[in-house]
Amino acid sequence: MSRAAGPLVALKACSMDDLLREFLTETNESIDVVDVELVRFEHDPNNAKILDNIFRLVHTIKGTCGFIGLPRLEALTHAAEALMVNFRDGARVTSEAVSLILVTIDRIKALLDELERSQSEQPGDDHELIAELNRIAAGAHSTAAPGPAAPAQPSAGEVSPQELERALRAASGAQASAVRRAPTAAPEKPAAPAGARAEEAAEGARRGDDHADGKIAAKSIRVHVDTLEHLMTMVSELVLTRNQLLEIVRRHEDSEFKGPLQRLSNVTAELQEGVMKTRMQPIGNAWQKLPRVVRDLATDLGKSIEFEMHGAETELDRQVLDLIKDPLTHMVRNAADHGLEMPAERQAAGKPEKGMIRLSARHESGHIVIELSDDGRGLNTERIKATALARGLASEAQLEKMSEAQVQRYIFSPGFSTSQTVTSVSGRGIGMDVVRANIDEIGGTIDVKSVPGRGTSFSIKIPLTLAIVSALIVEAAGDRFAIPQLAVIELVRARAGSEHRIERIKDAAVLRLRNKLLPLVQLGTLLKLDGSDAGQVENGFIVVTQVGSQQFGIVVDAVFHTEEIVVKPMSSKLRQIPIFAGNTIMGDGSVILIIEPNGIAAALGSAALARTANAAGPDADRQADDSSVESMLVFRAGAAHPRAVLLSLVTRLEEIDVDKIETANGRALVQYRGQLMPLIPVSDEVLIKKNGKQPLLVFSDEGRSMALVVDEIVDIVEQKLDIELVSEHPGVLGSALIKGQATEVIDISHFLPLAFADWQHWKERHVAMARRRVLLVDDSQFFRNMLSPLLNAAGYAVTSAASADEALSLLREGAAGIDVIITDIDMPGMDGFELTAQVRRDPRTAEIPVIGLSSLVSAESVERGRLVGLHDYVAKFDRQGLVAAVKEQTADLAA
Amino acid sequence: MNETVEYVTASVGEQLFGLPIARAQDVFVVDRLTRVPLAAPEIAGVLNLRGRIVTAIDLRRRLGLAPEAEDRKRMAIGIEHKGESYGLLIDAIGEVMKLPSAEREDNPINLEPRLARVSAGVHRLDDRLLVVLDVDRVLDIGSQAEAA
Repeated sequence: MSRAAGPLVALKACSMDDLLREFLTETNESIDVVDVELVRFEHDPNNAKILDNIFRLVHTIKGTCGFIGLPRLEALTHAAEALMVNFRDGARVTSEAVSLILVTIDRIKALLDELERSQSEQPGDDHELIAELNRIAAGAHSTAAPGPAAPAQPSAGEVSPQELERALRAASGAQASAVRRAPTAAPEKPAAPAGARAEEAAEGARRGDDHADGKIAAKSIRVHVDTLEHLMTMVSELVLTRNQLLEIVRRHEDSEFKGPLQRLSNVTAELQEGVMKTRMQPIGNAWQKLPRVVRDLATDLGKSIEFEMHGAETELDRQVLDLIKDPLTHMVRNAADHGLEMPAERQAAGKPEKGMIRLSARHESGHIVIELSDDGRGLNTERIKATALARGLASEAQLEKMSEAQVQRYIFSPGFSTSQTVTSVSGRGIGMDVVRANIDEIGGTIDVKSVPGRGTSFSIKIPLTLAIVSALIVEAAGDRFAIPQLAVIELVRARAGSEHRIERIKDAAVLRLRNKLLPLVQLGTLLKLDGSDAGQVENGFIVVTQVGSQQFGIVVDAVFHTEEIVVKPMSSKLRQIPIFAGNTIMGDGSVILIIEPNGIAAALGSAALARTANAAGPDADRQADDSSVESMLVFRAGAAHPRAVLLSLVTRLEEIDVDKIETANGRALVQYRGQLMPLIPVSDEVLIKKNGKQPLLVFSDEGRSMALVVDEIVDIVEQKLDIELVSEHPGVLGSALIKGQATEVIDISHFLPLAFADWQHWKERHVAMARRRVLLVDDSQFFRNMLSPLLNAAGYAVTSAASADEALSLLREGAAGIDVIITDIDMPGMDGFELTAQVRRDPRTAEIPVIGLSSLVSAESVERGRLVGLHDYVAKFDRQGLVAAVKEQTADLAA
Repeated sequence: MNETVEYVTASVGEQLFGLPIARAQDVFVVDRLTRVPLAAPEIAGVLNLRGRIVTAIDLRRRLGLAPEAEDRKRMAIGIEHKGESYGLLIDAIGEVMKLPSAEREDNPINLEPRLARVSAGVHRLDDRLLVVLDVDRVLDIGSQAEAA
């Protein structure tokens, strides 16, 4: 009986389908393992275990192919196997040989794919490949000595090898060695029988292995994906129903349902967890093929690459795994092709010849974080800028203002590619926009960090689809929302007259929370929902939230309770709304949206700017771009014209009952926080009120406070300050146009000593021991003028510089004298980051701590600061924070 | 090539639409809809359908029609697109029609632009016109919202 190619037709269709599917699944899996193992083997050719493993797999594949009747596949596996026999016999493992086997594996894979598509093995010619394999097998075959003749072998043509094999398999399992040396295109080798016999012995040993493996194999079963999916859905329904029951029972204090329901609840939770686990797979599954990819690339490109994988056991959802496989592969190829330099170039740069690509994965608060880094040439920021410009994605001015990280992010823009040459390896160079889109689809984020000459690092953050998060349920304008518990610091019920009250300065609603003034945002208004009453703020519920170093309050209409919710990513049509992080199904079946605190924080920033723009009118554009916006507190005191003071200097706005004011020695005083606080009128014309409440501007420092008596607090204005007329009058710095009105800007440093005559001395005594010197860099003269006395009062000698350049030249002249550098970040010309980088580079100044000041403290800028070597980062208006930071940085300096 | 195509039909405004039945997962009544603030106006909100979160698209809005006067429960046709679930809110569900594919015509020149934008062709029925919905184009929201 002979078998023609495509014997599958002879069998019944339905049973063939099952058989074929089984075969394809198993064989594909085995081939994948062979692939990985071969690469491992190449690095570790003396490892007999790996070789055995490969051998066994290939052997099984060959047997199955023969059994089903797939001659091409059988012949290919046979030839590959023959070559591997030589390795087992001690032949040298050459790169050429391994490459050839890998090529064979690829062809086998291709055939399997075809098989799956068309249900039959495609006719074709593998002659050349097989001949090549045999040639190498013959050439490498030198060590095994010919032994005594093997037991009688069937000569060519007597019985078809396939049939005999099948018969033997049917009879005794894996006993196929006797006929494996079937005639192929090449003549029999004399030493082959010896090889065959040696195999027989090994076969026996292996059979033992098979048994053991069989036991392990029996511990796992195959389940169709749809079955699992269905199970998941049913469990979700069960969880929802359980939640509904819990809510109902919650309302009845004494109920016989409570006990059983509790048990049901526990069981459901465990069931849910268990089912969730079935969907989780180690990320290593997606990484399997990568070592091979890197190996092939290294060979093709002539580079030497070390590929490290960490955290392959980190588990994530099966679906997510499928979706990131391709993006990761693409990125690894990019790193190998475009990231790493040629060995010669690396050596010239003082790097080890072997380039490194490192892939790692770990869990982090409901996400899986994957990092891919290389120590190659890094991203070419200049080229990215040029391309961004050429593609009209940004203007020169915009690009100038951007940080390096921001520019680097342009690589994720659609159609962006800066590779000069199109290589066949990664196609058009980068294509990170596609990677980004893929990751976006699964609700993840991707970021890049690159240092020119040192390397590039990508960081991908993907939510574990079954991420469960604790959230606070709130209501705004009739709709419910969830706020992640992690971001919530506390809940405050604002009430007029209490310690927590809303202070309203024109449009700006601010919450006084103990010592701090927090900006507020009304959720209903932010979401542009009808039914949110702006007037409700005074007695509203405030969710005090923290994002990075920013604290703010979200005003809502009602606060319910905290719940554990399953976060589901937003639909792709809604993902671009920054305010929402996702959505979830509640216990009652309704869908509610999850607030993204970062989004609210960002909106807060732009709201402040919008307010400024509205207030300033025609100058809005100029101010919107201007980074040296200052907050001024405008007030009236005595005279008709308004007066102002820098808000950052004001510790607190107070309104005290006039009957609390005492008089002693002709001075007005009030008991304030356990101390006597003097009240100083801003000018002689200011009279302390006779009844009612007296507004005060409280200035505190080092545990002492004084209050400026004013008539009325008018407004808080954010704008760039330009003191036009400088005054000789003590107590007045000068006059400036604030909101179109000539406003007198007062000099606080004049009033402080009026409150405590020994203010300065007290300070000096306090820090007489070591008067540290601070270099203050800020392009705003006003700000320099304000901070200098502040720092003086805190006990530091201050040298000022109006620009980074000036600062650098001062440092060059006398770096020894400077203990701390405080620099504004947003300066024209060289910014604070660049200044810091330069300070770090110069060995004379490298040790001096640098504190950065900025009106914008975002996670990004803090990170940038950290990268350039800033020791601390303080918000411009955080006066106390600044002094504390300076203290901290000088604390460990020798006296 | 099939000779006939089965369509699920539905009316939105005055117009009758057809959706190939292969694309329609189900038809359901929209019970509770959660509105999504700051979303494109065509997106009516999100809802829970058997444990899956479905994005509801208001076809009336999508076609530039004014919202319905009365506030009643809407019906929706559930579809899958790029792995996500959507519900197309319609005015009323019609019958299933089997129409010969040969009779499907390209958009007539005088077809209202709003309809033409989401149409994959028309069928001239005895008494009226059936517009075949091009699901991909219907779901192409977002970029247009920005412009709006």
